[in-house]
Amino acid sequence: MLEKALHGSRRYWTLIGFLSAVALVGVVAYLKQLSTGLVITGLSRDVPWGMYIAQFTFLVGVAASAVMVVLPYYLHDFKAFGRLAILGEFLAIGAVTMCMLFIFVDMGQPTRVLNVILHPTLNSLMFWDMMVLSGYLVINVLVAYVTFTSENKGVHPPSWIKPIIILSIPWAVSIHTVTAFLYSGLGARPFWLTAILAPRFLASAFASGPSLLIIFCLVLRKYTKFDAGEEAIRKLSEIVTYAMAANIFFVLVELFTALYSGIPEHKHHFQYLFFGLHGHNALVPYMWTSQFLAVTSLVLLLIPKIRTNFKYLFAICVGVIAAIWIEKGLGMVVTGFIPSPLGKVTEYGPTLLEGLITLGIYAGGFLIITLLYKIAVSVREELEA
Amino acid sequence: MDGSRRAFLKTAGCAILGAGLAAPIARTVGGAVSADATPGELKAGRWAIVVDVRKCLQRENCRACIDACHVAHNVPLIKNPAHEIKWIWKEPFKDTFEAEAHPHLDKGLAGQHVLVLCNHCDNPPCVRVCPTKATWKRADGIVMMDQHRCIGCRYCIAGCPYGSRSFNWQDPRPFITTGIKPEYPTRMKGVVEKCTFCTERLLKGLAPACVEVCNKVAGPGTMTFGDIRDPGSDVVRMLKTGFSIRRKPGLGTEPQIFYLV
Repeated sequence: MLEKALHGSRRYWTLIGFLSAVALVGVVAYLKQLSTGLVITGLSRDVPWGMYIAQFTFLVGVAASAVMVVLPYYLHDFKAFGRLAILGEFLAIGAVTMCMLFIFVDMGQPTRVLNVILHPTLNSLMFWDMMVLSGYLVINVLVAYVTFTSENKGVHPPSWIKPIIILSIPWAVSIHTVTAFLYSGLGARPFWLTAILAPRFLASAFASGPSLLIIFCLVLRKYTKFDAGEEAIRKLSEIVTYAMAANIFFVLVELFTALYSGIPEHKHHFQYLFFGLHGHNALVPYMWTSQFLAVTSLVLLLIPKIRTNFKYLFAICVGVIAAIWIEKGLGMVVTGFIPSPLGKVTEYGPTLLEGLITLGIYAGGFLIITLLYKIAVSVREELEA
Repeated sequence: MDGSRRAFLKTAGCAILGAGLAAPIARTVGGAVSADATPGELKAGRWAIVVDVRKCLQRENCRACIDACHVAHNVPLIKNPAHEIKWIWKEPFKDTFEAEAHPHLDKGLAGQHVLVLCNHCDNPPCVRVCPTKATWKRADGIVMMDQHRCIGCRYCIAGCPYGSRSFNWQDPRPFITTGIKPEYPTRMKGVVEKCTFCTERLLKGLAPACVEVCNKVAGPGTMTFGDIRDPGSDVVRMLKTGFSIRRKPGLGTEPQIFYLV
């Protein structure tokens, strides 16, 4: 089955070559960071987490969103998602792998990362995050492997896998909840100290993940014989619509509490994010772009004629992903540190090396997804031939 | 397909995973650490420091405690504020005690700088969040760091409401311009460090370096170190001499640095 990834068109090998090259550049950049230290990043005393941890947070959402395909298919027997389920699981595998790599490159002493398991600390949310993430990876690899090989052989999956599939549903919710708890339990950082953080994370995840899946489906439809089916893609777009509506609602709820109460330590972070603070406004244009994209995408998604036109849908999905990436992958993490507990406004911007490492991890993750999708597509083409 | 090879790999993989997990689980369940007593060691139920801000402010440019601490502990002098390492330093009053600052505060006080250091909280958030127990609270209340276990995730820095923790963004040794003191270990890149209330001096029966030098330079009682649980201790006596405040008391961290104002 795995050998299917070794035979492909010129276009396939070009993609593989490109992703491998970018991943390799990332590895070289990381070696520089490994020898010099995190001093090569834009991080600082006041902003100790940045690009890496933000990408980790964004991608946990993408990984968790597989549940939006798995749940309707396995729990409600929604047949149209039959072909999509494996794509969702493969996407989750790639996304969780990227999450783990982003955590790894953020460590000051990466060779000691197993200390988290050697000295398990139940009161640390980071310990739990490592547990739920590795558990989620194992579950998805197992479920994808078992269901996919069964399908390949034309038999029903063994009955013992069903409870594991059901377990993957709450588990997906848990990975993003625990990731939100990493932040929302810190009295030191009022920006994150909000009960809406976990629900917000989930809503934005269920908008961005399925959007990515729609894009993959449309690309596969165009360039391969793999067709997830129009009904499946339509249903996914409805999921994105609901999730995006919930996400925007949650953002407004949060803004109301912070701004109407007027408590300085809550207000200042949002001031920095949307208007700038003490003349520092690096994130302001991005945040307004994000809000514009989010609202525009939602309005367009709500119009059935536009949502069901796949050409428009593709563009809308790109907009949704961009909006949420800016919100989570750019604004959410660093703003928790701006201003600092001592009232200092230190801005953060990633360095070139930091950017290359980030791109390298994305390339590595998409390489895994490409290889897995190639296997899925080839098997499907063979079955249908 | 070689079915038996696949079956072997599966079994072997599970076995290795199981063996790997068994050891740490066993370690978590059993065993407490006991420390031997050192003769002459200073001991307390709960160590605390009282800073008499009224006296400290009279010596606006004094850096005696900062220099003493940083030299004794091989703290590097890094010019770039983004990568600075600080165990004890001065911050503007209005930023340190933002709840106490208001537009009509005595201009002299608002612009003045007060000493800040690790608060050795009774309920330390850094200890709560650390995923490897590389930072922990001793029985006498001192919040310690094990730089050999620290993985450099900086979660403790995110969790500390006082900005008391520093991360080694690079190898600190080239920046120890005053000459490396062999009595105290230097750190490596990628780990977190902070004030330890001079545990190495307590072992020898000495008060923390900052307190010792401060009382010499600024007069006795400017900084006082002692057991806050002992009703007859110097810190308890000092707290009776005036009104004292702590940094961000509303967060429930129970900081153990008291400021007489």
